[in-house]
Amino acid sequence: MDTILEVKHLSFAYGSQPILSDVSFSLKRGDFAAIIGVNGAGKSTLMKLLLAELSPQQGEITLFGQALSHFRDWPKIGYVPQNGAAASENFPATAEEIVRANLYSQTGFLRLGGKRQREQTRQALESVNMLPYAKRMLSELSGGQQQRVMLARVLAASPRMMLLDEPTTGVDAQTVQSLYELLGSLNRETGLTIIMITHDIAGAMDTVSRVLCLEDGSLVELNHAQLLDEMKHRHKHPIPPKQTNRTYSV
Amino acid sequence: MVSILDYEFMQRAFLVGILLAATVPCIGIVVVLKRLSMMGDALSHTSLAGVAAGLVLGINPILGAVAACIAAALSIEAIRKKIPKYSELSIAIILSAGVGLAGVLSSFVKSAANFNSFLFGSIVAISDFELILVCCISAAVLVCFLVLYRELFLITLDERTARLAGVPVKTVNFIFTILTAVTVSVAARTVGALIISSLMVIPVTCAMQIARSYRKTVLWSIVFALLFTVSGLFLSYYARLRPGATIVLIGVVVLVVILLAKSLFGARGRAGA
Repeated sequence: MDTILEVKHLSFAYGSQPILSDVSFSLKRGDFAAIIGVNGAGKSTLMKLLLAELSPQQGEITLFGQALSHFRDWPKIGYVPQNGAAASENFPATAEEIVRANLYSQTGFLRLGGKRQREQTRQALESVNMLPYAKRMLSELSGGQQQRVMLARVLAASPRMMLLDEPTTGVDAQTVQSLYELLGSLNRETGLTIIMITHDIAGAMDTVSRVLCLEDGSLVELNHAQLLDEMKHRHKHPIPPKQTNRTYSV
Repeated sequence: MVSILDYEFMQRAFLVGILLAATVPCIGIVVVLKRLSMMGDALSHTSLAGVAAGLVLGINPILGAVAACIAAALSIEAIRKKIPKYSELSIAIILSAGVGLAGVLSSFVKSAANFNSFLFGSIVAISDFELILVCCISAAVLVCFLVLYRELFLITLDERTARLAGVPVKTVNFIFTILTAVTVSVAARTVGALIISSLMVIPVTCAMQIARSYRKTVLWSIVFALLFTVSGLFLSYYARLRPGATIVLIGVVVLVVILLAKSLFGARGRAGA
């Protein structure tokens, strides 16, 4: 089975306010899709629908061949929330503790498998170049390093699909570039399917394999020429950055 | 010379104090990290309504407090789910309701002294029933905390990713809510309803200043709570002070000392760098 995610005729409204209208798309194993759109286009709503936090009024979502309403294999999905690092920055735990805790689904009631989990944690931290900081408290790390820990937390559980909600919000240009390089290599080398909500089309363009644009509640896939047009349009009418009180750096 | 520990009531006080000192921070760390520090206050005030109801209806006031606390804790969780962006409102609403109900019901209580003993606690006047209750509840809380250690860690870090990691978030939250309610209502009888939330929060706050991991934060919280309780019982005995209030004030003093030391040594470190 090559199709990982299938969305068919999805519609959603908050009360009488329509957000998504007849949205359809599918992702195959190894796809790296960026979802773009102006603020309020419904990108985060779509993410909540994919995570079953909201129920669609119409249409259906299928994950790994199962209707989302019956899907229980959530550890297959890795999710990096928007501002996830900032929200947890004062949590009194080390990078290692945070990453290892996400291996929850792989431990039984008796919490066996400690050695294997330590190795998985080590590998996940190494993959994001954070192994030297494993014993550091999250609050002692820079914003960019915290974001890498959040990524390692998801990677440790070896997800089959990864959802990222604006992972570069408030992140400085250098960190953004290294984040894209990391995601790109994970996608190429492991066949990890990735959906990333982003405003940064220009930065992500060389890394992603598909660009899906949400506009007026509809979703369209952009080809290369359309993407260049969109970027020119964005250059003339840039999207104001979301409010954030910090800038990340490595 | 008669030692403090020669008295049976002091032996009981130390036993109950030590059990609660080991238990309350386990609840406290989750409450603090969920940004629900005032939850202990809301529950302990509501427990007074249960105490008053128990005294009016002629049932054991602690059982009344347990029932009221469970109802209050579940209501806080329900309101928090309804308005997640203003989750602290749920505590304010239940706190107000608890105080109001306790105020109204207390006017029907015949024995004011009995009711007042729940305000500041009476750790040196523990009955056999209360001793057994504290032992059972402490054991239950410690076992549940150890069994649910990883689940609670993930939920306090982020409920959404906890669910995706496979944690049964609703079930764990429900169990934790019940444990919190039961612990607060029993602890209110010993250290007092007005100070139980301090015992829940201050040891954890002290631990967060010095610990270098989550596991160490939990262990240091318990160490601080034991330190405050044992020293508080000794001091209150010799200085003839209220034990519950003395325990909490020692905690506040230690916290202030740690914060001052941190800022002093931090400033020196920066100046020397």
